[in-house]
Amino acid sequence: MEKLSNNQIAWRAAQDIADGAYVNLGIGFPEKVAQFQPDGREAIFHTENGLLGFGQAPEAGSEDWDLINAGKKAVTLKPGAAFFHHADSFAMVRGGHLDVAILGAYEVAENGDLANWSTGPKGVPAVGGAMDLVHGAKRVAVITDHVTKKGQPKLVKRCSLPLTGVGCVTRVYTSLAVIDIENGRFVLREKLLGLSLEDLQAVTGAELLVTGAVADLVVPEV
Amino acid sequence: MDKTVSDLATAVAGIEDGMTVMIGGFGGSGSPIELIHALIDRYRETGHPKDLVVINNNAGNGHVGLAALIEAGMVRKLICSFPRSADPVVFTEIYLAGGIELELVPQGTLAERIRAGGAGIPAFYTPSSYGTDLAKDKPVAEFDGRMYVQERWLKADVALVKAETADTFGNLTYRMAARNFNPLMCMAAAEAIVQASRIVDAGGIDPEVVVTPGIFVQKVVEVANPLQEEDLNRANAAYPLEA
Repeated sequence: MEKLSNNQIAWRAAQDIADGAYVNLGIGFPEKVAQFQPDGREAIFHTENGLLGFGQAPEAGSEDWDLINAGKKAVTLKPGAAFFHHADSFAMVRGGHLDVAILGAYEVAENGDLANWSTGPKGVPAVGGAMDLVHGAKRVAVITDHVTKKGQPKLVKRCSLPLTGVGCVTRVYTSLAVIDIENGRFVLREKLLGLSLEDLQAVTGAELLVTGAVADLVVPEV
Repeated sequence: MDKTVSDLATAVAGIEDGMTVMIGGFGGSGSPIELIHALIDRYRETGHPKDLVVINNNAGNGHVGLAALIEAGMVRKLICSFPRSADPVVFTEIYLAGGIELELVPQGTLAERIRAGGAGIPAFYTPSSYGTDLAKDKPVAEFDGRMYVQERWLKADVALVKAETADTFGNLTYRMAARNFNPLMCMAAAEAIVQASRIVDAGGIDPEVVVTPGIFVQKVVEVANPLQEEDLNRANAAYPLEA
């Protein structure tokens, strides 16, 4: 099955971020979204460890380890950046001040539940800011491959893995489609050109609702 | 008034067995690594302090700083949000062998519990963790149609903190994102012990730029060129450091 690359999924998510939006990108794959801001738009990126307005990584060898993001990677400052302590940082998160949070997922359920912090009781549990980030942002979006590496649906009726948050996700950008979560249902908005609704439904773990026009998901090679 | 103490060993001399110790920093950024190492030195010489309850966002990295404190066997329990790292071998091995207790707290809840401890707020409600395994057995309540979890304050006997500039009254500024948990921990501990890259006389910090007012700080010690955990780990250092 044809599918979007991770860069292409990130590109698609970036198109929905408005100029001047305050945005938190989860550690790992979601960080790619920052690379694909459309020309003429500039989002202000928030990181949990107390920084608004950071830019890309510095050149190797010129890192300043007091200037890092939540993934503990070195970053740079953009004009207009601000530092603050951890309680203020999470006040921005829970207090509804962020416009968008974009997160990864192990599973997303049709009721908006998200599982993205734990694959079960093995090993050392670690949650970080995941359970905070799913609350408070005006939009909580997920970017993910449509299925697991074993081909199992990641969009499901109910999550089987430990939850990060209940009823929190509003939009999912996958390798095959763009899907909104409305009133406890997956609503299909865009799908890859040439992909039939039946084939998409076959790799989706809950019913896809079509309530209006479904646009073609067209993404450049990036 | 002068809150300056002469050296690191004196700064940490009052930390006793079983105390709850908040340690600032997020990874290596803002980590008071020299204060931690001074505490390890004391333990190696005297066998104390041990059975510590440590509050930090992480569980250390490599074999220096917080990881070395855990590796030395001084920590009974860790309260943190993310006990994984690039080089997590110390905590992981001791935890999986049952040698250390872990209380896992969402990062924003950890910050707010510490803030609440410093602000005299015994409990508060947050949406974070509602409906998840981390909210098990915690009281919940509905406000304006949404569900929230009750969380309790966190306080400590001592906080170990890293600042950029301190004055003799204990007013502090921080360096970039090294601020993180440090200001909150100064508030929540009965005794905040601060290492600063420089100590100036009262009046040497513009009152407009003070981040932590000195009322929250009890001791300051100067560490002019602090080590950075990331640099030590890139050099595969282990504490005690080789000369």
